[in-house]
Formats: sequence, C-alpha cells, structure tokens
Amino acid sequence: MIKVETDRADPKEIVGKSPLIMLIILLGGVICLLFGLALSVISGTADISLSTVWEACFHFNAELETHQIVVNLRLPRALTGALIGASFAVAGAMMQGVTRNPLADTGLLGINAGSGLVLAIVIAFFPSLSFGSLIYFSFLGAGLGVALIYGLAYAVRGALTPLRLILAGAVIGTLMKGMTQIISLLTGTTYELAFWSAGGISAAEWVQVKMISPWVITGLISAIILSPKLTILSLGEEVATGLGQHTSSIKLISGITVLLLVGASVPAVGGVGFIGLIIPHIVRFLVGEDYRLIIPCSAMLGAVIVVFADIGAKLINMPYETPLGSIMAVIGVPFFLYLARKETKPLL
Amino acid sequence: MIEHTFAEIHNVRQKRTFKIVVMLSLILAVIFLISLNTGTMRLTPEQVWAVLTGEGSQKQQTVLFRLRLPRMIIAILVGAGLAVSGAVLQGISKNALADPGILGINSGANLVVLLIVITAPASIFANPFLLPAGALLGSCCTAAIIFAMSYKKGRGLHPSRMLLIGIAVAAALSAISAILTLKLNPMEYDMVYEFSLGSLYGGDWDFVLSLLPWILGVLPFVIYKSHILNILHLNESAGVSLGYSVEKERFYLLLAALALAASSSAIGGGIGFVGLMGPHMARKLVGPKHQFMLPAAALLGAILVIAGDTVARSILKNTELPAGVVISMLGAPYFLYLLLKSR
Repeated sequence: MIKVETDRADPKEIVGKSPLIMLIILLGGVICLLFGLALSVISGTADISLSTVWEACFHFNAELETHQIVVNLRLPRALTGALIGASFAVAGAMMQGVTRNPLADTGLLGINAGSGLVLAIVIAFFPSLSFGSLIYFSFLGAGLGVALIYGLAYAVRGALTPLRLILAGAVIGTLMKGMTQIISLLTGTTYELAFWSAGGISAAEWVQVKMISPWVITGLISAIILSPKLTILSLGEEVATGLGQHTSSIKLISGITVLLLVGASVPAVGGVGFIGLIIPHIVRFLVGEDYRLIIPCSAMLGAVIVVFADIGAKLINMPYETPLGSIMAVIGVPFFLYLARKETKPLL
Repeated sequence: MIEHTFAEIHNVRQKRTFKIVVMLSLILAVIFLISLNTGTMRLTPEQVWAVLTGEGSQKQQTVLFRLRLPRMIIAILVGAGLAVSGAVLQGISKNALADPGILGINSGANLVVLLIVITAPASIFANPFLLPAGALLGSCCTAAIIFAMSYKKGRGLHPSRMLLIGIAVAAALSAISAILTLKLNPMEYDMVYEFSLGSLYGGDWDFVLSLLPWILGVLPFVIYKSHILNILHLNESAGVSLGYSVEKERFYLLLAALALAASSSAIGGGIGFVGLMGPHMARKLVGPKHQFMLPAAALLGAILVIAGDTVARSILKNTELPAGVVISMLGAPYFLYLLLKSR
C-alpha cells in the first residue's frame, strides 16, 4: 500500500469511530424536526392551534378555512423546507468532500445560480411550462454549474487553492446572476423572477412537494450509497487511487447527485445559500470525518435548520414575509468569515 | 553605459505612453459623443453643438444639461476612480486580482441610505447632499470592516482572502438591506431602489459635485506617489533599503485606494471588475511603471464605465439596466482568465 502523508486522520481511525453519536443526532433530529414542523404549521398570520392541526390532518373538513390553510398552505410549506434543507446540506457536504474544500457550498460555487439562470430563460420564453417540467431545465442549469466548477478544478489541477476555487465560483455566480437580471429585464419578467433573487418557500404547495420529493430522495439515497467512497476520496486523490478506487467515476456520480439535489430544490426555493456550508461543518465537528456519518446527519440537521429559519421568515416581520435567503445569509456569513479566517494554512 | 540605456528605455516608454494616452482620450471622446446620442431622446453632434452655443430647443437643453451630461461625467469619474483604486490595491498587495468593485464596498452604502430613509423625517431630504454623504459613510465603514477582518497580525493582508471576505460581508449587508426594505412604503422603496442602482441614473450635478473633490484630491496624490508604488510592487525590502518607511507609505496608499473606491461606489453603485480590467490592460499597453500606467488605467476605466452605461441604455429603453451588470459580462470572464493564468 502506498503511504501518503495527509493532514487528516488515519482511515482506520476514522472508520473505527462509533456511530453512536450519529444515532443520537438522528434521533434528536427527528424529534426537533417533528417539533419544528408542528411549530411551523401553527405559526403564521392566521391563529391556528395544535388541536386544529390534528383535526385538519385526520378529520379534514373542506369547509373550514383553518383546515384549508393547514392542509393546503402550511403543511406543504413546512415539508418543502425540510426537503430543500436536507438537499442543500447534503449537496454542500458532497462538494466539500469531492473538491476537498472546506468552503464549498453549492450557493457559493455558483451551482444554484446556474440553475436560476436556465430557469429565468425558460420562464421568460416559455411561460406556460408546468412546475414539473421546470425541474428538468433546472437540472440542466445545475449541471452546467457543476460542469463549470469541475472543469475549472480539472483545468488547473493543484494550482487552484480552496480560496481561489471559491473566488472563481463566486465570479461565475455573479456572471450568471447578471445574465439572469438582463434576461428578466429584457423580457419584462422581473416580477416572476423576484422569487429567485430573494429566495423563499412562502409559495410552496403540494405540487412542489410531490415534484421535488422523488428527486431529493433519490439524491439522498445516492449520497448515502456513495458516502464510503467519499470518505476515501476526501483523504486525497492519491490515497483513493492507491486504495483501488476509480476517483473519476466517484466524482462523476457525486456530480450527478449534486445536480439532482440542487436542480430539484432551486425551482421550489430560489437562491438560498450557505445551508450547504454551515451544516456539514457542524456535523463534522460532532461526528468526525467519516462521510457515512456526515451525509445522514447533514440531511437531518439541514432539514431542521431550514424549517426553523422559515418559521423565522414568517414571524420576524409579521404579517410580511422575510426572504429566507436573507435569513440564511445573516446566519451563514459570520460562519463563513470564521472559516475563511481560521483555516488559513490549507486554504491559501 | 547601462544608465544611458535605462534613460533611453525610459524615453521610449514616455513617448509611447504619451501616444497611447492621446489615443485613449480620443476613444473616450468618441464614446462620449456616441453616448450623448444614445437613449430615449437622441441628440446628434450638431444638435449638441447647437445647444452648447445656445441655439437648441428648451427640451434639448434639458436633456443635455440635466440628464445626459451629469450622468456621463459621473460615469467617467467613477471609472477613473475605480481603475486607479484597483491599480493601487494591486500594487501594494502584489496581487493582480485585487479589485475594489468585487469587494462589494457599495453594499454598506445601500444599507446606510436605507437606514436614513427609514429613520429620518421627510423634511430632511430637501438637502441634496444627505444621501450621497450617507452612502459615502456606508462605503467607508464597509471598507474599514473588510480591511480589519482580512488583516492578520504577522501575516498581513492576503488579497484572495480579502476578496472572499468582501464578497461575504457584501452578502450579509445586502441580506440585512433586503430585510429592512420590507419596512418601506412604496414611495420610499422607489427612492432607495433608484439610489441602489447607482446614481448613474438619477445622476444630477449634486452628485457630480459630491464626487469631484474626492477624485481630484486623491488621484494626483496617487500619481505623485507612483515611484513608491513601483518599489512596493517590486519588492518591499528594496523599499526599506532605499530609505522609505514601507509600512507607513503602504498605509497611506491603501487609505487613498479605499477613499477612491468608497466615493466612486457610493455615487456610481456596485460596478465590479473595472478596477481589475483597467490597470491590467494599461499594464499591457504601457508597461508596469505606475507613472505611465496610472493615467492609462484611469482613461481605460472611464472608457469601460461610460461604454457599459451606453450599452445598458441602448438595449433597454424604458427600464434601467445597471451599467455594472453589463460590465460584469465582460469582466467576469476576464477575471476567470486572470485567476487561471496567475498560478
């Protein structure tokens, strides 16, 4: 076996870590998530008690307005939050593993913006398309974003330090957002695309839940299956090759998984960043470097944080909505700054 | 003998710089004329001449003096300011990627303008200098925050980190602005939105007057210091051995760069990549010596912003497309090219 010096821990040591913490996180996460979903359903402009929610779920009466609100507005909104939270968090964790970059986040790398750009083009020129078919175009855009980042990382192997990769991603994102803005101004669709710039799930309905959940669940399962390989890949390309892994096929499948997760989420929520940056870091702090533990825990915590952030989006400025993207940015930026300042040595 | 050759090279460069500066000025003049002729109301050069000699119609006079001229003068000042600011930042950090626009200094300007509009009573807006002054304060604070956060004791400033921190700080400030925007009534919203686009739009002579002293004050200072920039760009220890107090000079130059960036982006809005492209193209044209490069960079910056604004105005007649967005279509690929090239 080839011995390669790495700055991370020994593979055996990582694998040997007890998955007990993961179980605690997952169990605690389920409780928090259920609590968050319940809180999300009862909070909002209309006063609705928990017992009404219970009634609405199990003895639905279409004539009661409160039941309609619970079932048709609040529930799908809360569930969409959980889905996109899990999705962005796992996509971020995967990008961090594949690019070996602690700052990688699909928002910061311009992947979300790629999806948004293609959505803007489609909404501007084919406004009659259904939400279901929008998703496919979103995949195309997210795929474009992933391909650009992979291409950049490949074009200058080794020379692209983590900071520079993020910088390149941010500039690609700027470019794509600029194009989105030009297209929406030229075609007069600024209003339709306002959701994209702000980011939020206030308009989520059951259509969104039904359309995105198969893709998000497929993506999550694929990520869990890939997770042992990601652990090895995160130790470094040479180590992974030395251990008999096909690094390029792992990267390719990871890229497709990220594309599925991001592509499905962006049409529902728009431009929300930083979830994929914050969550994997908290998780890594709790369970260590093993992606078999990181991926499921990221999914759980991502779902929890977005459900709670969305409750904030409802309550901060009642009766108006606060953009979810802004809330995540306010939480995420200090975190990013801390990381960018702390991890100086391997970053530069 | 060798000294003689150096002097000759210097002379050749000087002549070449002179030619290029003249050429760039001509290009700027041509774009200026095209720009005068672009927009909802067109003004041909003859009409402009007629207005200048006092023979134009009332409407033509209004368009020229109240709408076009201030906007174009602001574009030129902002472009020159950003380009020179970028050149100084690149010189003192020895990094070709430093750009004041990408730092997002104007995000703080928006926030302060928003706070003023929310908290101040309506009567205060009679003062035309209030919003530009607020924007300037916001830009300066943002610049100070970014600088303080990217400075590490013993390690100094790392330019890539500084850019990333700038992007992040801008993200946070615009998020706060987005939240505050919800508290505005429609009239206040229009006011803030117009200002946030950059005052190339509402641009009138008050804005020109609040920007002019900064540019006229700081630009000569930077050009005066160009021999120090040359030394800093080359090698710090050379500066020490030549008897300069490197840290002090660098601090003054940084202050000058931030003052230019803050005043330009407070008035011009978020225009990225000009501070990157201007100096870089100038270096290609006249070489790296700052006394030659700075004037060329200032002209190139002015050309970029006024051309970007003209293009923005000609593709969209009724809605305002920010000039910064047009420029970023060219600037972002340029940035990526530089990023990939500079290993």
